[in-house]
Amino acid sequence: MHVQGLTRVYPGRDGRPPVSALGPIDLDLYSGEFLSVVGPSGCGKSTFLELLAGLAEPSAGSITFEGRPVRGCVPEGVGVVFQEDSSFPWLTVWENVAFGLESEGADRGEIKRRADYAVGFMGLTDFVKSYPAQLSGGMRQRVCIARTLVLQPRLILLDEPFASLDQQTRLLMGDELLRLWRETAATILLITHALDEAAMLADRVAVMSARPGRLLEVLPTRWPVSRDSRIVEDARFGAITARLWTILRDESMKAMGRAESKDPA
Amino acid sequence: MKRHAWTRLAIVLGVGMMLEVLCRAGAIPRLIMIPPSEMLASAWQILVSGQINSDLYFSLGNIALAVGLSVAGGFLVGLAIYSVPPLRTAAEPLLVSYSAVPPIVFYPMLIVLFGLGRIPQVVIAVMFGLIPMALHTISGLRRIRPVFWKVGRVHRLSALSSVLRIQLPAAGPYLFVGVTLAVSYSIIGVISTEFILSASGIGHQISSAYDNYDNRTMYGLVALLLGIATVLNSILYRYSRRMLNRWTR
Repeated sequence: MHVQGLTRVYPGRDGRPPVSALGPIDLDLYSGEFLSVVGPSGCGKSTFLELLAGLAEPSAGSITFEGRPVRGCVPEGVGVVFQEDSSFPWLTVWENVAFGLESEGADRGEIKRRADYAVGFMGLTDFVKSYPAQLSGGMRQRVCIARTLVLQPRLILLDEPFASLDQQTRLLMGDELLRLWRETAATILLITHALDEAAMLADRVAVMSARPGRLLEVLPTRWPVSRDSRIVEDARFGAITARLWTILRDESMKAMGRAESKDPA
Repeated sequence: MKRHAWTRLAIVLGVGMMLEVLCRAGAIPRLIMIPPSEMLASAWQILVSGQINSDLYFSLGNIALAVGLSVAGGFLVGLAIYSVPPLRTAAEPLLVSYSAVPPIVFYPMLIVLFGLGRIPQVVIAVMFGLIPMALHTISGLRRIRPVFWKVGRVHRLSALSSVLRIQLPAAGPYLFVGVTLAVSYSIIGVISTEFILSASGIGHQISSAYDNYDNRTMYGLVALLLGIATVLNSILYRYSRRMLNRWTR
């Protein structure tokens, strides 16, 4: 995926000036890599992901995926996992996972084979007949990942998928994500606000500035492909996390200062 | 049976027994009301004798037609209004205001247009049932979580697939409230118009029995109607509980 001069400006309403939300951003996402994006609250991380996914249109700049422009619709081969639980409460776990294949009109045998695989891969085999409301938050996010995985995307965009989970579950879900990445060879872009998560999972970590979000630095981690959450014991993990915080601290202060300036008190 | 179901049964039996005692003791004159046990006996006799089978089929047919048209029409009207935001802003308050008007007031106009018979009854019943269905469709669509729309776009669903596979089920609990109201209002619309616009149907038979001071038949028919409405609503209630359990367990 190639991103050039990507900018998003929200038009002003009721006489207020336009709001510059993002960019300009230049970034190349290489096939098979795992890239994390971190940034202060409100810097436009989710806007960035929506633009990459084709769910929103940029005000300026361009995005190409496998050489084809992305603008206003989600390209074939791109899967998205959202921050909030997006499992369908009216479908069972298995039906949720099979949703995309059924929408594509795949034949029954193919649907069963691929959905069973995705369900097994995400450790949901014992819950195929359960409804999402019967599962924990982490399990529901696994359902959403399985629903994306079953379509065999070549690029998976994840928007803070573990934000609502506790720390232990997040670490374990991080392991699951690394396993998924290795076994599918998909390219992954993970938006997160957690520096440790970004440092642990990614090959490269892109650090965004306060709004309008621009890329301040893209930091390579140089972890081995076979890594898992035990990498937090590595001394370099602390150094990478500290480096990320050093870059982000001023930006986070700026974002907070902006919030404070809105306070009439 | 669960505790609340026992409580509900106890309330119904308690009210029934109280009326039975008051009627038998003469506190409520027979001219006003016959004992509930006689109502049930009369309803049973009417049902097994087959004397009102044609009226029963006529009313149930009209109710089914009115429910079908109210639900389908209300959903399409709601979907159309929801899909055009300026129309939504303009039309929703009108629908809310209209829902306070009893459509039965239009019956003189409908007699002129369609004469007596099935059509004006079904039209009035649909006028009763369509608006709550449309309002609940708008309400249900408005409450669909934005992330579901995004999931639909990620899966590159067509507009029709998006309606059928996401919007309809996601708005399901609200739509079902609309369906329940459409059923209730269709029953009210059909039976009440049969009192004045029809020469057949349960409503017409109740009206005839009333005119002939035949309280036993009249209350038997009322009990039968209550039974039909209760069975229909119980089925809808059980289904809605099952649906909500899936969503909230």
